[in-house]
Amino acid sequence: MALLEIRDLRAGYGAAEVLHGVTLTVEEGGTTALLGANGAGKTTTLRALCGMIARRGEIVFDGQDITSLSTERIARLGVAHVPQGRGTLANLSVRDNLLVGALLRRDRPAVRADLERCLAMFPALAKRIKAAAGTMSGGEQQMLAVCRALMSRPKLLVLDEPSLGLAPVITRRVFDALVGLRAEWGVSMLVVEQNATLALSVADWASVLESGRVAVAGPAAEIVGRDDVRRAYLGT
Amino acid sequence: MNIVQQVIDGMTTGSIYAALALALVLVYRSTGMINFAQGQMAVLSTYLAWAMSQTGVPIVLAVVLAVVIAIVMGAVIERLLIRRFEGREHLTMIIVTVGLMTTINGVVIWIWGADLKTIASLFPSDALGLGSARFTVHDVGTVAVLVSVIVVMQVLFQRTRLGLALRAVADNPQSSALSGLPIGVLLMTGWALAGAVGSLGGVLIAPKISLQPGMLDSVLIYAVAAAILGGLDSPIGAVVAAWVLGVVQNLAGTYIPLVGTDLQIAVPLVIMAVVLLIRPQGLFGRREVMRV
Repeated sequence: MALLEIRDLRAGYGAAEVLHGVTLTVEEGGTTALLGANGAGKTTTLRALCGMIARRGEIVFDGQDITSLSTERIARLGVAHVPQGRGTLANLSVRDNLLVGALLRRDRPAVRADLERCLAMFPALAKRIKAAAGTMSGGEQQMLAVCRALMSRPKLLVLDEPSLGLAPVITRRVFDALVGLRAEWGVSMLVVEQNATLALSVADWASVLESGRVAVAGPAAEIVGRDDVRRAYLGT
Repeated sequence: MNIVQQVIDGMTTGSIYAALALALVLVYRSTGMINFAQGQMAVLSTYLAWAMSQTGVPIVLAVVLAVVIAIVMGAVIERLLIRRFEGREHLTMIIVTVGLMTTINGVVIWIWGADLKTIASLFPSDALGLGSARFTVHDVGTVAVLVSVIVVMQVLFQRTRLGLALRAVADNPQSSALSGLPIGVLLMTGWALAGAVGSLGGVLIAPKISLQPGMLDSVLIYAVAAAILGGLDSPIGAVVAAWVLGVVQNLAGTYIPLVGTDLQIAVPLVIMAVVLLIRPQGLFGRREVMRV
């Protein structure tokens, strides 16, 4: 069953329409990679999904139409969005950032356990637990942003360029951690990623955007093997 | 007059600055902006307390009711006015709150006139002595209320979920919305709480300097100075800075002939300028982390 179904999504900034009818699915427990060149509309799709910009079309999440809901309502339904760049609260400590992620949860012992889990996954965060998030390196902030999103125990984790600015070894660690948690916590994922090879290695489905439309979609394993798609859209 | 008396008088003056500075810090910590109408909102609720006490309501009850009204007023102002300018530039917000200040001032004069009124104090004005120094129960009571407010604010912001949510929204509303925090409700809560603290300040100050529409105009300047000096995000810093300002202002006026009473009011501003040159984040504030 599909956890997220986006149909004919149109969105943009002001009068300029960027998405001209995007259709996209994330299966329950699955991972969809959203690929495409710069300016294809990947980030815009995620922003529209999370109610951050004006949008038309149909977005159904977990059986509920969320097309016209506010960002905070969508988040409360179980969509955790890690925006591009640094999705942290700069003046709050690392611990407070993680706790903000879990603010709407009532199961305190479980929150504490999840916090410990995050710190165990990324010891760099544990070392700077009291530091203001904004004082950390880009890589550390990216780990923190991902953990903050995970702390809400989302049904769907939305990641916008999680590898941006990260050293390859760190990127690998972030993705390994995500793959581990996907099975354990039952998190589905929608991943936008410049690094197509990396994204396709963790995804089961892939959609390739071109100029605000889905140009190609299919099982990730199939897309990996299609040299024409890789050459035309992914630059690899 | 001995120096102890000068220090005590300075702290009394400083407590007046401190009450308003606390409200400014509250709005800053929960919304990330400075509300220049804070003083005038406090004046309005002090007038309401006065008006109620004129009809025979005991002053304590009148103050409690005025604080409750101030909470509602803060929330309504945020919802109906400030919300429309949310996320705009700092300059826009300054102009909006300065406009609000002028408007409330006009409303107060329109309803109650501009003449001085006498409002009863929450505390008796009996004189107390400590050695040769003299002060009143009102002075001690004011300090006690301020200290309680600091403790409550500190616990609220550092130890509660609401406090964490308020800090998150003040830091970055959009990012907080992605964690599902109800941004509108939290901003309203911040203004409501600040309304309460400000109005408490108003009723503490008014008996000392007598109630009139412009009673907090100059106080606001020192309160802003104290809040900035203490570090905008620190309630303790704001109060300590306010006391320092009050004491130094008093001592300089008495012991430095050049300053005297004329230049006395400039002293806190000079201190503020010097401190900010050396420590831009204020005495107790945390350095703001800027995204680059």
